[in-house]
Amino acid sequence: MTGGCGGRYSVGEPIADAKAPAGPIEARWDARRFGVRLVSPANRRKLSVIIIGTGLAGASAAATLGEAGYHVRSFCYQDSPRRAHSIAAQGGINAAKDYRNDNDSVHRLFYDTVKGGDFRSRESNVYRLAQVSGAIIDQCVAQGVPFAREYGGLLDNRSFGGVQVSRTFYARGQTGQQLLLGAYQALERQVAAGTVQVYSRHEMLDLVVVDGRARGVVVRDLRTGEIETHVADAVVLASGGYGNVFFLSTNAMGCNVTATWRAHRRGALFANPCFTQIHPTCIPVSGPHQSKLTLMSESLRNDGRIWVPARAGDDRDPRAIPEAERDYYLERGYPSFGNLVPRDVASRAAKKVCGEGRGVGPTGLGVYLDFAAAIQRLGRPTIADRYGNLFEMYEQITGEDPYQVPMRIYPAAHYTMGGLWVDYDLQATIPGLFVIGEANFSDHGANRLGASALMQGLADGYFVLPATISDYLAAGPFSPVEATHPAVQETEAAVRTRIDTLLSVNGTRTVDSFHKELGSIVWDHCGMERTAEGLEKAIAMVRELKAEYWRSVKVSGEDGELNQTLERAGRVADFFELAELMCIDALHREESCGCHFRVESQTGDGEAMRDDSRFDYVAAWAFTAEGGPPVLHREGLTFEHVTPTQRSYT
Amino acid sequence: MNITLRVWRQADVHEAGAMVTYDVADVSPDMSFLEALDVLNERLTLTGEDPIAFDHDCREGICGACGVVINGVAHGPQASTTTCQLYLRSFSEGDVVDVEPWRAKPFPVIKDLVVDRGALDRIIAAGGFVSAPTGAAPEANAVLVPKEQADHGFDAAACIGCGACVAACPNGSAMLFAGAKVTHLGMLPQGQPERASRALAMIAQHDDEGFGACTQIGECTAVCPKDIQLDVISRFDRDVLSARIRGAG
Repeated sequence: MTGGCGGRYSVGEPIADAKAPAGPIEARWDARRFGVRLVSPANRRKLSVIIIGTGLAGASAAATLGEAGYHVRSFCYQDSPRRAHSIAAQGGINAAKDYRNDNDSVHRLFYDTVKGGDFRSRESNVYRLAQVSGAIIDQCVAQGVPFAREYGGLLDNRSFGGVQVSRTFYARGQTGQQLLLGAYQALERQVAAGTVQVYSRHEMLDLVVVDGRARGVVVRDLRTGEIETHVADAVVLASGGYGNVFFLSTNAMGCNVTATWRAHRRGALFANPCFTQIHPTCIPVSGPHQSKLTLMSESLRNDGRIWVPARAGDDRDPRAIPEAERDYYLERGYPSFGNLVPRDVASRAAKKVCGEGRGVGPTGLGVYLDFAAAIQRLGRPTIADRYGNLFEMYEQITGEDPYQVPMRIYPAAHYTMGGLWVDYDLQATIPGLFVIGEANFSDHGANRLGASALMQGLADGYFVLPATISDYLAAGPFSPVEATHPAVQETEAAVRTRIDTLLSVNGTRTVDSFHKELGSIVWDHCGMERTAEGLEKAIAMVRELKAEYWRSVKVSGEDGELNQTLERAGRVADFFELAELMCIDALHREESCGCHFRVESQTGDGEAMRDDSRFDYVAAWAFTAEGGPPVLHREGLTFEHVTPTQRSYT
Repeated sequence: MNITLRVWRQADVHEAGAMVTYDVADVSPDMSFLEALDVLNERLTLTGEDPIAFDHDCREGICGACGVVINGVAHGPQASTTTCQLYLRSFSEGDVVDVEPWRAKPFPVIKDLVVDRGALDRIIAAGGFVSAPTGAAPEANAVLVPKEQADHGFDAAACIGCGACVAACPNGSAMLFAGAKVTHLGMLPQGQPERASRALAMIAQHDDEGFGACTQIGECTAVCPKDIQLDVISRFDRDVLSARIRGAG
C-alpha cells in the first residue's frame, strides 16, 4: 500500500468488474442473461428481497420482482411510495427508438452517453442501458403513462441536452411524475396481490451483514420510533443520490445518503463520490431562510440570453442598462455554442462573473436570463406557448414577472453521478447487496446527460436487476437469521446508540444550522470548481464542524414518537462523513473531467482537461474507520468502441 | 414582516389537540409558507420546545407530501397552489393565520399537522392500475392514442395525491382523487380491458375506508392544486353505474 495526498488515503488492490462477459459489446447483455442461474417460479416464493426506496428504480424493481413471485418488502421514508423524488423530474426520458428517422440507434445513444460522461463510465454498462431503453418506453406505455403524442396518435419526441437527435419522450413538464406513478401503480397492484409489502414512513439506518452477505436492514418506524430488523435473502438499495450534502440543492428535503453510507461503512465501496452535477438554471437563493432550490428547465436557454452588467457593482434596474453596458458573457466567450454550452460550462461561467462582483439580485449570486429579444422577435404568445408554465412558476417563487423583467438564475446542485460501486450485475462489493438507480455509480461517468436519469432508474429496476439478481438468489434461500443472531444484535445496538447519542448531546445549535454550514463548505470548495488548496481547507473545516456537531447539536423531542428533528440529525451526521470522502476523492483526482473541474487542470481556453494517462479509472473507496484514511481501489476503464477526445465548445 | 400563526398541536392520535399561538417576528415576504414554519421551528428548538411536525418533501409542488389547512382553506388562499408553493407575500403584516391538519375520518392525525393518508394508497391498490407485467408490453407505437384523449387523460393524471380534496369536502369524500385515476386510465386504450372492474374495486375500497359520498358541492376542485375538474367524478360514477348494470361486478 502506498499513501496519497499526504496520507489522506492509501491505495489498495485494483478491482475489476468480473461479471460483464467479453466479446462483442452488442452481445454482452444477451450473454450475461444466458449465463445467469435461474430460479424456477415455484422456488421464487421461498426467496425474499428487501428494497430500500420507491423512486423509479425501487418501485419498478419491487413491482417486477413481486410479479415474478419473489417475496418483496419495500421501504420508504415518505408517507407513500408515490412521493419519492423521481416524481420531480421534468424534462423527459431518452430511448433509442429512432422514431424520428434521424439516424439514432442503440450505438448512438451509447456513444453520446459515454462521451457526455467524459469517458469515465464503463462501456458495457452504458451499452446495455441503451439496449434496454426502448423496452422501457414500451412498458410505460402499456401501463398507461400519458406520454405526449402527435395528432396521428403516435408518440412525440423532442431533442434535449445538446445531442443531435430527437430521442426524448416526455409527458409535458412532468415526465418523472407520470413514470413514477406508472411504477407506483404497478407496485400497488403487487401489494394487492400479496407479493409486496410496503413499509412507508420507515427509514433504513443500517445494513445487517451476516457471514459476509447482506442479509437485512435495521429500520426506524418514523411514526413510533420503533427500531425493527428485517432480514431477507438479498437487499437492494434504491435510495437515490446525495445532492443534499450541499444543503441547498434541487433534491427533495428528505433525500439523504444514509442508506448507502451505512452500507459503505459495512464494507461496500463508494465510487467517484466527487462526481456531482451542478445545474446552471435554478432560481437563485433569496435569503438565509432558503430551504431548497428550484430548477427551471434547461430548455429556457434555447431562447433566453444570459448576461450580467459589464461593470462590477452596477445595481441599476436591468431594463435601464443599455446594450453597450451589458456583457453577454457566454455568447462572447463561446461564439459557436453561445447560451447553449453544456451544463458544467454554463455553471462555471456564472460563478466566475459573480466572483468578479458582477452578479445580480439581492445576494449578488445570480445572472440574468433575458427573454426581451425573444419576445420582440417571436412575440409574447410564442414565448408563452413554449415556456408559460415555467414563467408562472418563476413568478410565483420570486414575485417578478419574467415577461417584463429578466429572470435571475444561478447554478445549484442537482444530481450525483457517484454512488456505491457495483459490478455489471449491479451487485456491490458485499455479496447480496444490489444498488440501483442514482444510488449506484454505474452509467453516467463524470457527467449525466439530460433525460438519462429516468432511463437509468427504470432500466435498472424493470430489466437489469430482475435479470441479474436471480443469479445470486439461485444459491438461496440462505440460512435463517434469528433476531438473536449476534450480527443483528450488534447492528441494532449500534443504531440505538447513535440515536441516544444524538438525543443526549442537548447542545446549543440546531441541526439545520450545521447542515447549512456544511453545505456552504462543500459548495465553496467541492462544487463547481475545486483546487488542492481549497479541498485541503475544506477537509479541515468539515472535520472541525463535525466535531462541533457531536458536541453541541440540539435535537429536541423524544425517540419514541414522530421526531423530524431526530430524522434530520441522523442524515446530517452521515453527510459530514460523506463530505470528507467527496473532498478526498476530488483532491486525489488531479485532472478535470465532466463535472469535476480542477482549476489546476484546464486547457488554454478554460475547459476541463482530462488526464487519461493517470486517471482513466473509477475511484472506488473502502471505509476503514471513522475519520481514518479510506483505501482507494481503482477499476481501470478501457474504451474499445468510443475513442476518448477532448471537449471543446468555443 | 411579522405574522402570528395559530397552529394545531396534537401529540398523537390518542391525545386531544389544541390551537397554539406563535408570534413569528421578522420573516421575509420572499419566504415560502413552509420556510416560515422552518424558521419558527428553529426558534422553538432553541427554546427547548417541541418543533411543529408537518409533512413536506419536494417543495416544488409535485410530490404531494405537503398540505395544511390555512385559514380554513386547504393549501391556503392561492388557487392552484400547493402549500409549499405559497409565499408569505400572499399575506400582510400582522396577519393572524390559522394552520390545521387535513381533517377527515380516514386521515387520522399522527402528530400536529401530519396525517396518515395510507387510505389513498389502498384505493390505488384496489384497482388504480393497468395490469401490465414487466416485459409483456407491445411495441410502444403499436397502439395509437388520439392526442385529444391522451391530453385529457393527462389532465386527470396530474393528480398529486395530496388529499386536499378530502380535507375540503364537507362529506370527506375522496371521489376527486379516485375519479382522477379512473379518468386517466379510462381515457386510454390500455385502460379499457379493466375499466369496469377497476371502477367497482375502487369505489368499494373508497367506501370501506370511510370516505363519504360525493354530493357535487365542488369544494374539492376549488382547492385542488392541479385543477382536477369535477367531470372526473361524473366519469367515475358512469363507469361504476355501467359496470353494475352490465353485472361486471
